[in-house]
This record gives sequence, structure tokens and C-alpha cells, in this order.
Amino acid sequence: MAKELIKGNTAVAEAALRAGLEAYFGYPITPQTELLEHLSLRMPELGRVFVQAESELGAINMVYGAACTGKRVMTSSSSPGVSLMMEGLSYIAGTEVPAVFIDVVRGGPGLGNIAPSQSDYNQIVHGGGHGDYHVIVLAPASVQEAVDLTGLAFDLAEKYRSLVCIMLDGSLGQMMEPAEIPPMQPLKTEIPDWAVRGTDGGEKRILTSINLDPPDQEQLNYRLMTRWQEIEANEVRYKGYYLEDAEFVVVGFGTAGRVSLSAVRAAREKGVKVGLLRPITLAPFPKAVLDDLAEKVAGFLVVEMNAGQMLEDVRLVVRGRKPVEFFGRMGGVVPFPDEVLTEIERLVAGPLTTEGHPRDRWLERMAEVIG
Amino acid sequence: MVMTDIPTKIVYKRPEVLDPRVTHYCPGCTHGVAHRLVAEVLEEMGEVGNTIGVASVGCSVFAYNYFNVDFVEAAHGRAPAMATGIKRLLPERIVFTYQGDGDLASIGMGEIVGAASRGELLTVIFINNTNYGMTGGQMAPTTLPGQVTTSSPTGRDVSRQGHPIQTAELLATLEGAAYVVRRSLHNVREVRKAKKAIRTAFETQKHKLGFALVELLSTCPTNWHLTAAESRDWVEERMIPYYPLGDYKVSPAVAELQI
Repeated sequence: MAKELIKGNTAVAEAALRAGLEAYFGYPITPQTELLEHLSLRMPELGRVFVQAESELGAINMVYGAACTGKRVMTSSSSPGVSLMMEGLSYIAGTEVPAVFIDVVRGGPGLGNIAPSQSDYNQIVHGGGHGDYHVIVLAPASVQEAVDLTGLAFDLAEKYRSLVCIMLDGSLGQMMEPAEIPPMQPLKTEIPDWAVRGTDGGEKRILTSINLDPPDQEQLNYRLMTRWQEIEANEVRYKGYYLEDAEFVVVGFGTAGRVSLSAVRAAREKGVKVGLLRPITLAPFPKAVLDDLAEKVAGFLVVEMNAGQMLEDVRLVVRGRKPVEFFGRMGGVVPFPDEVLTEIERLVAGPLTTEGHPRDRWLERMAEVIG
Repeated sequence: MVMTDIPTKIVYKRPEVLDPRVTHYCPGCTHGVAHRLVAEVLEEMGEVGNTIGVASVGCSVFAYNYFNVDFVEAAHGRAPAMATGIKRLLPERIVFTYQGDGDLASIGMGEIVGAASRGELLTVIFINNTNYGMTGGQMAPTTLPGQVTTSSPTGRDVSRQGHPIQTAELLATLEGAAYVVRRSLHNVREVRKAKKAIRTAFETQKHKLGFALVELLSTCPTNWHLTAAESRDWVEERMIPYYPLGDYKVSPAVAELQI
């Protein structure tokens, strides 16, 4: 297979299809729509299911039903649409059926805008829907990585009977770059025992998220939490750059991570010993490597396209052992590498502190830029 | 006394597809009748092992305990969407939803209109008892003008609380709907007609003719604060004038079905 110049949304759609996607349900919303459009042509071409739903509520509940058949199914949307899907996501989690959803994140809250953002981090990583559950969250930083993570998303969903989200910053959904899409995989032929299909005279199967007796619900909660421990132990993924001798470390995911890499390289050229930790799984969060770095380095800079949502997870791991500073752009504004470079240089120059909150210091600095 | 062998013939028994357990439904409620009619139809059609049910939120939330068929439990109002997902992946299976009026005609109106307009090959059993039964008898979209409920304590005032929705009439306007009728469960004659309609609704799906829905006027003695017998009269005297029984959509292909 050769590389081709392809848009992120289209690439993910084609990668999902080639990974054996049997049914897609979606609703148009920018900047996700090309994903839906691509599958509206390709799925029927292959005799597979494509339904443009009446709403995101409809779409996610179609996914819920389809996931109950044990086949590979998914939906995609963008931030406001994903907000609407939270109901169905909670039910899917409570029923323990595997499903993949893609959030092409845009600026919010409210209608916000259609520019790239990472402000769905809390909504996706720390909940959204009601009840105790976790979603495996994958955050690519390039079109190729998005393609590679798409196949993985289905495997993880099935392995853990879990929800998997690919959080694709709007920039990655809309950006064209060279990528190689894996060849077509055959459709799954084995259907898990729990999947509904009609009893054919055998025992009936019930798939439900209701457990009216609290001890029954608690058992489900316990099972979900211990399964999450297993996921935390086995499925952490991240990429480290220049970490071996780093005295300072930038932490950023997706587009912010990629922009930060340019800044880190520029700083390295100036002789600054700075590295980059780019979480690929936002959940499970790469705690061990960060914990390790907190023992070695002099300070951290967290860079995000939001107001510091992952920042809190970083601070939980660092636990005040080292200074943590923050730089973010919000509302669909993408940071430039030189802005991040300036922040790296500020961090290195000091003075460093573990007092106060990095968000407060950042907001004070941003007053000149935004206020 | 001489005992003689009297030949016996079983003329009435519990359909095997109905689980032999006591339901959680209130005495005098017609959910049990509706369940039985669905069960009889599935058995008579030989589709028991080929069927997947979608339960909804409301009094029928535990319907999946009573039918010995594969079942899923939907979020409130979303049964038609969930059923769409199942049916599209398993097109040779029979998929039905069983929904109440709050579920289908209020919170789930988007999903039912979507499914009907797409002509999803689903069978919908729609129980209309003019209130939210499970949560204790609040006003539903189907609550009659002037009807007292716990959230319309002085009677439904249509100037403030709007008018009841005539669901069958509304859905019948959609091209994707092949069979939309209203029946009642308040007396034996109507129950027999309801069964025929339910059979037709499942045959509509089996023959891939389009979306099918049977609205069933049902009793709710507990929340109506009436006896079972009074409830049946209430259906006849109060509900039927606002919700006339009849066939609202029978596509030509469904009309030709030989059952």
C-alpha cells in the first residue's frame, strides 16, 4: 500500500471500514461531516449498514442496539453532538457492549465554533454520562496515527467490552497529510455468546443496564472498576521525545502535542534540555512515566487547546513534587510553536514555584493577549 | 359410582413463550393482555426463536422478564433507534419494540418519527393509558383534556398544558409507515381485533413491507383511581371518543397480505 494525501476524517472513516466496520450511524456536524459522508457512499457499496439518524440521540441508540448484536459498530460526531450522545454512552457502558465513537473536537461551550479544540477532555475522559464508568480514550497527533489507532480502537472495545473514543482535534479531522491506510480486513465471523440474535430454541439472552437491586448494580460497578484496573495495567500508550536527558518536560496530546514538538525541537537547537511527553491514551492516563519523570526533571509545562483540563491529571501525578506550569489557547485558537517556545524559555528561566495554581498564573499572562 | 373417561381437549393455555411467573403489573392493568397477544402471535407465526424484543422505560421496563425471547432494554424513548440498530444488522430476525405513551409519544417522539419515516422494518406495540404509570400517574402527552393526574391536579388545562397527541393519526401521515392502527383492550371483542392487528403488524415486518405500529388503548386502574371494571368503561366512554379505533394506514401491499 502506498501513502496517499488524505483528510483526517476521510482517513479514519476508511480505516474503520477496512477494520471490519459493519454498521455506522451518524448525524451531520462540522468538523466531523466528511467522516459520515465517506461512509454514506462506502458502506452501502460493500453491503454494510449506514444510517443517517434523526439526531445524535438516535445515532448513539442505534449504535447501542447494533452493539448488542456483537458486531463492529461505531458513530462519530463533534463536541455538541457528543454532548447529546452522553445518555447512550452511559447505557452502553452499563450494558458492557463494545462500541467505538469518534469525537472531532471543536470550540465550546454551547455552539461555540467549528475550529479545532481539545475542550472535550473532561467530557470524554472524566465522564459525561451518568454513573461510574470509564471510556478508553485515544488521542492521535497525525492523520497516520489516527488511522493506526482506529483499528486498535475496535480491538480494545471488543477485548474489554468497553467504549473506546478516538478524540480527534478538529484540526486533525480537517487536515490533509500523507497516510497509509491498512488493507481491507475480513469481517468478524465469531459472534460472542452474550450477543442477541434470537434464541433459536435455546436460552434467552437479556442485555440491559438496569439492576434495580442495589447490590446487583454494585456488582456491575465493581466489575467495571476492576476491568478498568486491568486496562490501566495493560493499555497505557504514549510517546516520549528527548526525554533521556531532559531537565524540563512539556506534556501535550494531539495537536497541542504536535505543536509542542516543534517548540521542543527549536528549544533543543538553542541548547535547552527539554523533552516532550505526548499521551496517546488519555484514559488510561500514562501515570507511571509521568511519576518517573517527576522524580528526575526540574519542571513541567502542560500545553493544551483548552483551559487546562489534562493539567489537573498531570498535577495529580506530580503531586507538588515539581513545579508545573500551563499554557493553553481556548475557543478554537491553535497555539503557534513560537508561543510554546516562549513558554518553555520562561519555564527554564524561572523562578519556579510549586505554590498557587498554574492556571491562575497563565490567565494573568493571557490578560495581555486576550483581555 | 362409575368413572368414565371423558375425552379432554385443551382449548386455552399459557403460551410457552410467556415465562410462567407473576408479573409486576397492577391488578386490572391490560399490559398482561397485550403481552399475551404478542406471545400468541409469535407462537402462531413460529417466530419465537427468531425474535428480538426491545423493552422501553415505563411500566413495561421489565417486559424482557416475561417473554422467552432475546431482549434488550432501551433508554427512555429510544427503543425505535435501538431496534433500528439491531434490525439493520440482523435483517432476517423479527424485531419489535414495546413502548408506553410517555416513552413513545413524549420523550421518544423523535425516534419513533425517524424510524417510521425511514420505513424501518419494525413492529411497534404502543400502549396508550393516558399517563406515566410507573412514576405514579403524571400527565402524559396522551392525557385527556380535563383529566386529573398528579402533575395536572386540577385537570389538564389545554390552554396551559397543551392538547393530547393522537399518535396513530400522526404517524400514519408518513410514507415509510405501512401499517398503523388503533385498537383497544377494554373488552373481549376489541381484544380479539387487537390480536388480529398485532398479527398483521408482525406479518408486515416479516414480508418486509414497512414500518408497523399498533396503538392499544389500555387501562391503568391504579393511577386512574378506578376499579378494573370502571377502568374498562372509562376507556369506552372517555378515551375512544378522543382516540377513535380504526385503521389509519394500511398500505396496498399490507392490505393484500393473506393471513
